[in-house]
Parts: sequence; C-alpha cells; structure tokens
Amino acid sequence: MRIEARPTPSPTMRYLSPLLALGLTLITGAAIFSALGKAPLASLHAFFIEPVSTVYGLSELFVKVTPLLLCATGLTLCFRAKVWNIGAEGQFVFGALIAGAVSLQLADHQGFWVLPVVIASGVLAGMAWAGIAALLLTRFRAHEILTTIMLNYIAIQLLLWSVHGPLKSPSGYNFPESELFSPQTLLPTLWGQYRVTIAIFIALLMLAVVWTVLNRTLLGYQTRVMGENRQAARFAGFNGNRLIWVLLLFSGGMAGMAGVSEVNGPVGQLTTNLALGYGYTAIIIVFMGRMHPLGVLLASLLLGLTYLGGENAQMTLGLPKSITGVFQGLLLFFLLACDFLISHRIVLTPMRGHRPSNTSTREVTSS
Amino acid sequence: MKAPTLISLGLSAALALSSPLHAAEDPLKVGFVYVSPIGDAGWTYMHDRARKIVDKEFGDRVETTYVESVSEGSDSQRVIRNLSANGHDLIFTTSFGYMNPTLRVARQFPNVRYEHATGYKTAENVGNYQARAYQGRYLAGMAAGAMTETDTIGYVAGFPIPEVLRGINAFTLGVREVNPDASVSVSWINSWHDPAKERESAASLIRQDADVLTMHADSPAVVQAAQDEGVYGIGYNSNMKSYGPDAHLTSVMMHWEPIYQEKIQAVLNDSWEPESIWYGLSEGVVKMAPMHSDIPEAVVERINTHRDALINGDREVFQGPINNQDGEEIVAKGDALKDQQLLEINWYVEGIEGKLPN
Repeated sequence: MRIEARPTPSPTMRYLSPLLALGLTLITGAAIFSALGKAPLASLHAFFIEPVSTVYGLSELFVKVTPLLLCATGLTLCFRAKVWNIGAEGQFVFGALIAGAVSLQLADHQGFWVLPVVIASGVLAGMAWAGIAALLLTRFRAHEILTTIMLNYIAIQLLLWSVHGPLKSPSGYNFPESELFSPQTLLPTLWGQYRVTIAIFIALLMLAVVWTVLNRTLLGYQTRVMGENRQAARFAGFNGNRLIWVLLLFSGGMAGMAGVSEVNGPVGQLTTNLALGYGYTAIIIVFMGRMHPLGVLLASLLLGLTYLGGENAQMTLGLPKSITGVFQGLLLFFLLACDFLISHRIVLTPMRGHRPSNTSTREVTSS
Repeated sequence: MKAPTLISLGLSAALALSSPLHAAEDPLKVGFVYVSPIGDAGWTYMHDRARKIVDKEFGDRVETTYVESVSEGSDSQRVIRNLSANGHDLIFTTSFGYMNPTLRVARQFPNVRYEHATGYKTAENVGNYQARAYQGRYLAGMAAGAMTETDTIGYVAGFPIPEVLRGINAFTLGVREVNPDASVSVSWINSWHDPAKERESAASLIRQDADVLTMHADSPAVVQAAQDEGVYGIGYNSNMKSYGPDAHLTSVMMHWEPIYQEKIQAVLNDSWEPESIWYGLSEGVVKMAPMHSDIPEAVVERINTHRDALINGDREVFQGPINNQDGEEIVAKGDALKDQQLLEINWYVEGIEGKLPN
C-alpha cells in the first residue's frame, strides 16, 4: 500500500470536503452518543438544534460568533497571501485593553462621539499590535509566526498587569477587575434583552468588504498572487513589504474590533479572563472555511454552535463538557483526512517478492 | 423552547414557590455552574461532591443539574440564564468571575434565587457565600513550619487577590508560630488551573531550597511534584494524599455541603434571604485531612489545640501582634483584623519572601 499525490485534485471536492467532514462527524457523534447510552438522534438534536431553536438561542449564537467572525475576517485576507498572523489573540486582547481603558476614562462623558472614540481606540490598538509584527518582518525579516505568537503572551501579561494595577476598580475589594463601563460606552444591543450587538453587522459588512477586495481589486489580486508564489509577485513588481503592512494592519484592526465587541458588549468591564482563545479558534475557522468569505461565515456559525451545543448537552443530557472538544476534534480530524484524501490517493500494490520498490512505482504511474 | 413554554415554565416556577402544596409534588430544581472540569480533585470537585451529597440527602424533594468548565467571560451569563429559563429555582455560581453575570441574570428572573461563591455583591435575589479557608491554612502552616529543615517553604499561587493573600498570610503566621526562622516563597502562575505551570513552579521552588510545598490552584500537580522530588507537600480543596502518599503532610479541605444544605432548606421552607455567609472550621466547611505520620505527636497536639481554639473563638488567625513584610506593626497585641479588613487584604505579613505583585 502506498500513498501518492493525485495529479489533478478535484476542485469541487475541495469545497465539498467540509460538508463531508461534517457528515462524518455527525455519524461518529451519533455512535458516541449511543455508546454513552443516550438516544443518538435526540442527543444530536439537543446538541445542534435545541440551542438555536429559540430567538434567544439564535441571538446567543450571534453573540458567540461575533468575535470569532471578526478575527477570522481579518485572518482570511492575511492567510490568502500566506502571511501567517497567529497573533489575532494578542491583537484581540490589546484592542480590548485599550478600548476598555478609554471607556473607563470616558465614563463621565456623554455625547454621540464617545462610542466612536472607544471603537476607534480598540481598532487602532489592534492595528498597532499587529504593526509591531509587520515592522519586525519587513525590517528585520523576523518570521511573523514567531513574533505574533510571542506578542500574544505579552498582550495577555499587559492585560493582567493593568487589571491588577492601574485599571483595578477602587471599590472592588482588590479583585482584579475594572469598574463596570458606563452605558454610553457600550455597543448598543439590537433589540430587547438580547445581548447581540451592532458588532455583528460590522463583522458581516467587513466580510463583504473582504470578498470584494479579494475578487475585484488590485490589492486582492496582489494578495492572491503573493499567496500562490511570492517570487512571482516580486517579479511582477508588487511591493511585498507594503502588502505585508496592509494585510497585518487590517487583520490586527479586525481582531482589535473583536476585542471591542467582547468587552464593550456582553462583558462590560475589563477582567483577567478576556483571552478565551477566540484568536486561535479563528485560525481553525479560516482553514475550515477554505479562506473563502462565505465558507468562513459558515464555519464560524458551526464552531459557535458546538460551544452552545456543549452547554446544552450538559444541561439536558447530563453529558460532560468534553463533548464540545470531542465534536470540535472530530470535525477537524475528518476535515484534514478528507482534504488529504482529496489531494492524495491510497494505492494498493500487490506484494511481489523482493522487487525494488521503484519498479512498482513506475508501473503504477504509467498505468 | 418557544415563548409560551417559557412563560408557562416561569409561571409554574412561581407557583412552586408560592404554594407549599405544589412544592411538595415538584422537586426543587437546583443548578450549579462550575469554572473547571470536575475531575478527581480540587475546587470544582469539592463543589460537585457537595452537590451529590445534598442531591442524595433531599431525595425526591430536590433535583440538581450542573454545567462544568464555564469560562468566566460572556459564556457564563448565557449558562446562568439558560438554567434560570429551564425552571431552576436556586442556582449556585461557584467562581468569583460569575459575580456580575449572576447579578445581570438575576434582574431578569426575580423568582429565581442565586447564590454566588467568593464574591462581595448581593441583590434582592442574590446572596453570596465563602469559606474561611485561611483558618485551615494557618493549621497547615504550623505543620509545614515544624517539618521544614531548610527553613524555606514554597507556595504556588493563582492570582494575587484577597482570598489568596489571606491564605498565604495565614499560612505564614502558622509557619512562624512554630518556627520563627522559616520563610515562605510565593510563585505566581496567573491561572487557577494549569497543571503544567503548577508543576514547573513547584520544581523551581524546590531548586530554591524549599522542602515543603503548598498551593492555591485547582490541580494536585504540586503534591505530585513534591512526591517525585522527595519533599513534603500540602494539598488544598480536597484530600490529596493519593497524589503523594509519602509527601502529603495534610490537606486543607473545603466541604461546601453544610452551606448547600442550609440554602436549599431555606428555599424549601420559603425562608431564604439574600445574605453573605462566611463559614469555616466551626461550621465544618473547612476541615483538615489526617496528618502525616512523620509529624511529631507533640506538633499534632499543638495543631489540634489551635484548631479547637479557632473553633471555640478563643483565638483568631489574624490576631496581633502582626507585622507586615517591612517589619511595621499592622495589628497591635490584643487586636485582630476585622472581616472587612480580611476581605480587602492586600499586603504580605512578615516572613514572606519576594515582592507582592502590584
């Protein structure tokens, strides 16, 4: 048995692969549920349907998806150009920290300008954090994977220091939390008592922008060419450094916006627990969504749903929390397996004594 | 769940609360929200152990639900709200970071009662509870002070918040009670549950000469490290002897069941009030695991005497004279720190090495 690359992997299958992976995940999930002694269909219903069967549930899905989608939208553009920004987490945290600090400063100010200033400060902070990596990459050729990961830790430590120190609530018994933000600094919610804010529209709008940029502009063309072949991009006379700056600043800004959507949205204060891994989950979302804006949207909805489903399965079925991780793991495993088998194939070679293997290779490839 | 079902659930919950007859038929639904996986040891394990005890004890009258590993950010508010909408009558939220989410949900569900652990805010339908773990820390410190040969004791700690500082200070007072030459080194890990980091910090404290270790974190990694490196370890939350049979001096154990029994009974009797309760050794919420056989009989006796004095109220952990790290007297002889001062404590007592972060 041998594994070899397919000469022409089917492009249709490349896009169907996530659906295939989802199907396989559901089947395996059903098997796991029945092995745990639960009715498989009812369990899948409790995991994937029940959490979003009410208006409240749907609104909560969007609450969960908002920061994921914002981070993923920025990363889509970066990853298309093979600029590996692993630092959305740090850009998220730094954006949240600065937006939070500005919100606290503006606690006593009223006026229409307050919220735009808060949002802009978070976005600019995210851009600044990504800008450090851009500078290190374009100036000193320091690889962005390393610098952005390291900047994640620095951002989290800065947040901890601020919340334990200068931004700690004076009336909070020394607990590491800021004051609650004033209402005028919070993102408006869409309706009623639901927590979903206008940030979801910003996310969708930016996703549409990314789509247009990729398909209709020179910048998008350059991005795609750079992703295909960096050398070719250079020969074509594209300014690679400028492109790296634009892409990193854009994705940093989006991650900063995600930070704003979280602290000035459902959380409403700075705490030590803001880094929940949205920036890392967004990386998975971008790959699962094939770096395509529509795919990214679907993947973020699906991953958001696995979190809600995991909570609901605990409440209604009494299943452990690990079921969330199991589903996310299965999904990723099957996706990678499908991708691999779409670009590669397994060839069964009959055993033929001690003939050198290169002979059989020639036979197979010529047939 | 559709809106009409929601309303009818809310109605039936309201009915269950208002009429004792109805309450006798429908079990009281009690929800628990946990910050980490239940696991086999630690903070959440002890809360869940208490849940199982009350679930069994109240039998048909009570039905319990839990959700584990709920992060303290925006997720917790959704989980608490879903439990409330699901017809739960009493919800225990067992981590500090759930305080504001609990209060926000409580405003939307005036008929549901909430109990938040380790916080400081209350509302009409929100009470809070915590344990005087520092009393146990003091007794554990006495054991550590008696057993150290290098006069250096290592303490792996989560976050520098008052609850943790109270524990470190009380532990150090206990250490110095039996061994005035010994000092305590603290290593901060900025996490409640990170076994790898807990272990790493334990190893680095041992390299700095510590021969007794304890921790304020959720996993038994520090006790395991103590066992592997041949030093003593003191557990926290649950009895951690099985993680280091030779190393384990004792554990400061948190038994939440007296609080859960009391609160559930109060809701059943319709006498529940939003209050702040702080129970310790006297109420059986804080307990000590059996002492290691290496600890001399005389030391064990001394520890027991101090324990009895704390239970009877003959002495307090934070009674003067107490100096701070710089040697300035903070509590005079004959005085003791008040609960309010303990709640916001933000300084180190004498005998702790290193600077307090911020």
